Amino acid sequence: MRTTDISDPDHFLKVVDCQWACPAFTPVPEYIRLIAHGRHADAYMINWRSNVFPGILGRTCDRPCEPACRRARVEDENLTGGRTEPVAICRLKRVAADNKDDVGDRLPRAPAANGRRVACVGAGPASLTVARDLAVAGYAVTLLDPDPRGGGLIRTQIPRFRLPEEVIDEEVAYITGIGNITIENRRVASLAGLIAEGWDAIFVGSGAPKGRDLDIPGRKAGGANIHVGIDWLASVSFGHVGRIGRRVIVLGGGNTAMDCCRTARRLGGTDVRVVVRSGFEEMKASPWEKEDAIAEGIPILNWHEPKSFVVEDGRLTGMTFRIVRAETDAAGRRRLVATGEPDAFIACDDVLVAVGQENAFGWIERNIGLLFDPRDMPRVDPATMQSSLASVFFGGDAAFGPKNIIWAVAHGHAAAISIDRYLSGEDITVRPAPGVTVVSQKMGIHEWSYDNDVSLETRQRVPHLMLERALADVGAEVELGFDARLAWREAQRCLNCDIQTVFTPPLCIECDACVDICPMDCITFTANGEEADLRRRLKAPALNLEQALYVADGLDTGRVMVKDEDVCLHCGLCAERCPTGAWDMRKYFIEVAQAGKP
Amino acid sequence: MTHIAKPRLHHPSLTRNAVGFTRRDYEGPVSTLCAGCGHDSISAAIVQACFEQDIEPHRVAKLSGIGCSSKTPTYFLGASHGFNTVHGRMPSVLTGAALANRELIYLGVSGDGDSASIGLGQFAHIMRRGVNMTYIVMNNGVYGLTKGQFSATADRGSVAKRGAVNVESGIDLASLAILMGASFVARSFSGDKAQLVPLIKAAISHPGPAILDVVSPCVAFNNHKGSTRSYDHVREHNAALNRLDVFSPAEPVSVDYAPGTEVRIEQPNGTVLLLHKLAEDYDPSDKAGALAHIQARETAGMVTTGLLYLDPGRRDLHGRLNTVAAPLARLDETALCPGAAALAAINDALR
Repeated sequence: MRTTDISDPDHFLKVVDCQWACPAFTPVPEYIRLIAHGRHADAYMINWRSNVFPGILGRTCDRPCEPACRRARVEDENLTGGRTEPVAICRLKRVAADNKDDVGDRLPRAPAANGRRVACVGAGPASLTVARDLAVAGYAVTLLDPDPRGGGLIRTQIPRFRLPEEVIDEEVAYITGIGNITIENRRVASLAGLIAEGWDAIFVGSGAPKGRDLDIPGRKAGGANIHVGIDWLASVSFGHVGRIGRRVIVLGGGNTAMDCCRTARRLGGTDVRVVVRSGFEEMKASPWEKEDAIAEGIPILNWHEPKSFVVEDGRLTGMTFRIVRAETDAAGRRRLVATGEPDAFIACDDVLVAVGQENAFGWIERNIGLLFDPRDMPRVDPATMQSSLASVFFGGDAAFGPKNIIWAVAHGHAAAISIDRYLSGEDITVRPAPGVTVVSQKMGIHEWSYDNDVSLETRQRVPHLMLERALADVGAEVELGFDARLAWREAQRCLNCDIQTVFTPPLCIECDACVDICPMDCITFTANGEEADLRRRLKAPALNLEQALYVADGLDTGRVMVKDEDVCLHCGLCAERCPTGAWDMRKYFIEVAQAGKP
Repeated sequence: MTHIAKPRLHHPSLTRNAVGFTRRDYEGPVSTLCAGCGHDSISAAIVQACFEQDIEPHRVAKLSGIGCSSKTPTYFLGASHGFNTVHGRMPSVLTGAALANRELIYLGVSGDGDSASIGLGQFAHIMRRGVNMTYIVMNNGVYGLTKGQFSATADRGSVAKRGAVNVESGIDLASLAILMGASFVARSFSGDKAQLVPLIKAAISHPGPAILDVVSPCVAFNNHKGSTRSYDHVREHNAALNRLDVFSPAEPVSVDYAPGTEVRIEQPNGTVLLLHKLAEDYDPSDKAGALAHIQARETAGMVTTGLLYLDPGRRDLHGRLNTVAAPLARLDETALCPGAAALAAINDALR
């Protein structure tokens, strides 16, 4: 294998599994250490720069970081209470947001306007991110949204018991407070018209605002008691709806379905059940959202395919379902087939349909040069977020269909960079490199400026509000968040994967001290070979192909040092037992580029 | 010294051996020796060998004297019996222990100071008596604890860190052991675990006095240019005689060399040693030939490593003394005090 080029920031960035998995590349271990030190405002600002909405995301993020977390790969259930689980990264983020002091004086202020005007369609997370990044760079940004409070789906679709409104208000205000940002109370009815207004660039962050309906028999007749999930959630959020029937069926297996059933449970639904076509494991909802719903006494029925709404005397009385199972055909496609069992009937008073969301681009004319693909989605470059019209950019759910908030933020950052480069006359396909700050952690012979002792603590559970009180008030936040003690214990579980093991071959005397001490058998000195061969020959086989090998040559014996980055605990014992300093522990603080460097 | 304990988390593929232990179960606390010390590598090799040999830790007694090397038993086999003796007196304490209980596996750990200076007599006599043990000398050629004076095994002409040249001739413990009657004599290098681990396994399975002279560089005081015990010098002057593969009684013996180049040696406990010759004309069962070869190579500035000498036929101390098989602590009163009639019979036999 070729020797690893560690000057490429991607090698060590990839080692930080959580940061690599985060669409916005949040430097997770750094902020977790700051939380452990009680420096919540500092931790908050690291988050704020990367993901813009730490308080919101600390409650609602889909947390792609957690399945990636190394901790789950290295825990031994015999040592860690029978469980192998990732660090509760998301809920630690909330700790920083909840406990920070005033950060007002740390937030950026818009410089003198550069004369360029950018319009954002929608004021959701993608548009707000674009606005923040560009305002700091001197642009005047106007967000166009029928709800001038800003927040988009964050405000309308996420129930208050998961996300209090004050958190949204606070974090939207941090952005609008920068200056040069206006939210205009306006629904955009025509893209051609908007272009004609002469904006320098347009960003479309209009989301996927249309809930998919279910066109099966009885839909029309029972219509009065059949509601589209996201519309119903928005009505609850706006206070237009305050009650629902006693018996409620929620159709769908995603997070919207979970929000619907839990909301229904608080608005008079005593017999609420979720009915899903697929199996429990295949459901799109995050595992913890399913857990929370079940904990509130909501059963989830799987393998039930909706067949009809049953309406008697003009009134919805229930639904029938076909019982199905999954089958894989010869081509490897998975499809649902009837088991042949008799159809199931479930009585109900109301049905909430949460079977998916769709984009709504009726306001974009098809003759203005903006190309759509066969699925009627705009053609958008996934790296630059540019559409086929050079001055129009997309992001969030409007770009590639429904995803989640953290992706909208990532799209916003990318689009802001593109808009800035486009309006500066630069090639937008050239993307700016990330900022890398490398600091050796060595303070003395065996002293490091990070806590390298690996904790055997199990994942801490977030305390919840008592069930009776939670169900009695749709506005009462269920999760209470970690207190200081729980937060500290959870923070100790982080393995500091951003403190990298850096190897300097000319200093190495090949004494094997690092090989002998490594608790994970990560390090091997051996003859070089092809990657597949090397991976098998290491002291412990390196079978996780997603994780790179770190190869270094230039040793006196002609061998190479091979380190499997997969399961390293970053305990630093290799560096601690190294007599010559060939190994060093260096913190790689990597921040991906943003348009305005807020 | 290292302030944190080695994390107990381990590689997900860590396996258990036939007696239910992982390799990590054979470790001890983190070493307090200088970072990079060869002794730590030997400790790791002992851990690996005991794991591979399916040895239950409670069946091992590790004894040592005084010095850096004699500190190491703390850092491996944390669940075994241990004894730190007076300087140089490990062999006599070990002999006593072995006489009292022959069911344990005896591991003597010593250094060049402990064995070649203050304990040279003890070293010679335990070999001569044929105590069933594995005697590991961690040989770095200097007194590390007193900051790097030449030890009795330092080669003539080697240069100390401060520039002094050694004018005395060095004691070759391996040659001495062959002369004194050890039945298994090997030499290895702490920086070559592929050679060292099988030799330790073979030594443990050998039913008699087995000595392993392991060159172990002292990173703090003897790893410079001019030293003959530095990592670089030993790597450049390592004349390996053979390569050893060790198979436990349960394992199938697999050979990956061309036929005819290896010697198969079966130990009494069923362990099979497969010796692959690297030096064509070297016969490890020829005592005089072995001594001559080692001396000739040494004169040429080379360090012979590998299995130097093996006498499979020699009986150990217990065999020659015809001692009782059970540990003395387990003998009951009737066995220990056979009565007046038995005493009379012994007295009669001596008249």
